[in-house]
Amino acid sequence: MPDLILDGRALRVAEGTTVAAALALAGDGCSRTSVNGQRRAPLCGMGICQECRVTIDGRRRLACQTLCQHGMQVQTRP
Amino acid sequence: MSQGLVADVIVIGAGIIGAACAQALARRGLRVLVLDAGLHGATAAGMGHLLVLDDNPAELALSQYSLQRWREQAPQLPEGCAYRNNGTLWLAANAEEMAVAESKYLNLQAQGVACELITRNALRSREPELRDGLEGGLLINGDGILYAPATADWMLDTPHIEQRRARVSEVDGHRVRLDDGQWLNAEAVILANGIQANELCPELPIEPKKGHLLITDRYPGKVTHTLVELGYVTSAHNATGPSTACNIQPRPTGQLFIGASRQFGTLDPQVEGWMLAKMLKRATEYMPGLAQLNGIRAWTGFRAASPDGLPLVGQHPKRKGLWLAVGHEGLGVTTAPGTADLLVAQLFNETPPLAAQPYLPQRFLGEAVYA
Amino acid sequence: MNEYADLLIIGAGPAGMSAALAAASRGARIIVLDDNPLPGGQIWRDGPQASLPNQARQMRERLHAHSNIRHHGGTRVIACCGPRQLLVEDADHGWLIGYDKLILCTGARELLLPFPGWTLPGVTGAGGLQALIKGGLPVQDERVVIAGSGPLLLASAATAKHNGAHVLRIAEQASSMAVAGFALQLPRWPGKLLQSITLFDRHYRTGSHVVAALGNERLEGVRLRQQGKIVELACDRLACGFGLIPNTQLGQALGCALDGTALAVDAWQATSQADHYAAGECTGFGGSELALVEGAIAGYAAVGDTAAARQLWPRRTRWQGFAKALNSAFSLNPHLKSLAQADTLVCRCEDVPYAALAGHTDWRAAKLASRCGMGACQGRVCGGALQYLFDWQPSAPRPPFNPARIETLMCLDDTPPA
Repeated sequence: MPDLILDGRALRVAEGTTVAAALALAGDGCSRTSVNGQRRAPLCGMGICQECRVTIDGRRRLACQTLCQHGMQVQTRP
Repeated sequence: MSQGLVADVIVIGAGIIGAACAQALARRGLRVLVLDAGLHGATAAGMGHLLVLDDNPAELALSQYSLQRWREQAPQLPEGCAYRNNGTLWLAANAEEMAVAESKYLNLQAQGVACELITRNALRSREPELRDGLEGGLLINGDGILYAPATADWMLDTPHIEQRRARVSEVDGHRVRLDDGQWLNAEAVILANGIQANELCPELPIEPKKGHLLITDRYPGKVTHTLVELGYVTSAHNATGPSTACNIQPRPTGQLFIGASRQFGTLDPQVEGWMLAKMLKRATEYMPGLAQLNGIRAWTGFRAASPDGLPLVGQHPKRKGLWLAVGHEGLGVTTAPGTADLLVAQLFNETPPLAAQPYLPQRFLGEAVYA
Repeated sequence: MNEYADLLIIGAGPAGMSAALAAASRGARIIVLDDNPLPGGQIWRDGPQASLPNQARQMRERLHAHSNIRHHGGTRVIACCGPRQLLVEDADHGWLIGYDKLILCTGARELLLPFPGWTLPGVTGAGGLQALIKGGLPVQDERVVIAGSGPLLLASAATAKHNGAHVLRIAEQASSMAVAGFALQLPRWPGKLLQSITLFDRHYRTGSHVVAALGNERLEGVRLRQQGKIVELACDRLACGFGLIPNTQLGQALGCALDGTALAVDAWQATSQADHYAAGECTGFGGSELALVEGAIAGYAAVGDTAAARQLWPRRTRWQGFAKALNSAFSLNPHLKSLAQADTLVCRCEDVPYAALAGHTDWRAAKLASRCGMGACQGRVCGGALQYLFDWQPSAPRPPFNPARIETLMCLDDTPPA
């Protein structure tokens, strides 16, 4: 059961959970802030729309296509 | 307006140069018809960098004057033009380049251009993303950036300007023939269509200079000033073969705009992987963290280069009624206001705001055949 | 870490896996790339809340068992770098893959049309919600409205219900006549008939579409037009998708011709580009059965087993019939083009509203003036919508074909061509 840090909050998820799914378990369920300051959440779920862009261990990645790994640091407000 | 004239002035090309000329004329009350073939030239592709360049006095005069005009107009520009006065930070990688920075500093200061020398330590604190070991830099405070396509649109949205999507196939002094056969007459025609200018005037010494660009995803706050290596100056004007130079521009969106590359002898708009890689490697030499950022789009554009790096601004010496505003290479956006003011002054036979001589087409095309 | 494959397959959904397994018997060195974490594509997407059919499980096991098939998950194609060579990237690094033959099984994505409120957190695609739930999204006791068009709505509803959600409504825009007409044909494909019976839901409404998603910071409710009447429902999630559009971008970049919006293929699943094949949803929507048989035909054809390929043609024809029935039943009503209001965002990446786009003549002009399509999705979402709304053809794809790390792009050889 991976433990990760989402926006500074510790979270434990089931093995194989995507980071996109994990977003709903802590915080506001959102992945990023739009150009005009609106919060956005995953939309297409399959790596197309780019709404679920988050920063994971310093790199910008798609939450819906990334499985949670133990120790990951995820940020939705870089 | 006289009988049979479609406008007082026809401008060929709705890029930043054509738009600036059209706006300047329209503000004087002239009726302007802007014709554009919809080919999306350098204005659509370029970086929108507003910078003072002092490779020679004429370049400095035109860019300095134009930057001043941009700063004056800035409050009128709509938000979509994304104008920012974020300065250019020229980077010196070694003592030799730092010496160049110092001599530029003295020259610019003497000309009244606000700038600061930045030492090695100050550089790291100003721009923490830069690699260790750079010698220092020169910050030109009045430089800026803007989004050129929106700016051209804003300029063209002026009373007395009519725009038409049309391709010009022939120019004959103050009249033009469209590719549907129609002739349009005006008092004057301004040719401002960049690399397509040669199609209408084969005698023009304009060469396309291909450039690649890449933009990243949003990473706000990483870079403040537009970062350009001092080697840029040497590579821009001295190289004949393909070359790259570090040019990293922070967009207001937080995206980083990466350039710059130069290639002659090709009109192929395809992104060339080898050139993209070369350009990115050069940029990451100055900003190592760039390697970890995501690039989301790459594209190319063609600058209209003239043999001496200065534009041709003035009446065509062999074709009365045809006025030229072409050959701006990488300084089109920067020098659009100066170009427009120079051209308008010449059209109205007024004293131009800066000496027109260095930019006159005569220097390439010979003396005027008419009075 | 550069690689070489006799046969490179892009996509590990039903078509891609089927192609790999068909081709494997001839001993070719096969590499399968897929950008999802696990093989299966979307219809067989795996995760902590997924229930994989046996067929999917078996195919994955067989894929894994073949020593001459190498599968790279979480891997995207970034650029073509020379004839028969691709630059690819995964979470850790970028590298080059050279190949002799290639099969595109790049699938399809949902058509997401803009409507007021669609950018609110809580609004997803229909397939989007299904994918997120499979990946572990908790929906227990959440009130869900599903909308848009196509059988995917029912499949998505089933996944949501299976995971404890309350599906309040399924709003299908197709008319009751169209859907009934389709249902009447289902006995031709008994498996599909059975499937549709199990998916039937009493909250399913035809002739219905979303009007607006309601809420401030996140979704709080939905306004629907149900057979002419306006209905508002409080809910926690709105899953809305209007059918599928083929992912043809990589195919186009490789020089493959299109047939309508899909990659054009012949009887051997060969594209217009020599040694390049395509199979599955990227050649036209038709469901997993069609994708499986097309994939197998492509796999056999690519390794020269024409007899085995030809043997599958009748099965393909049968499933093409299903695809045809599906596509005509669920074709989109033109009034969906007026869902967006002037201030409805069309480009979500760059926050460009409908009003900024409406006056332009084509995609390129609109893009330049508004920056629509210049964001990270590279026009996949807004471009799909604008193609439907204004008939605008998207521009030719340029590298990078997906956002890619700059260090990956630096893997490209920087030697100038001779």
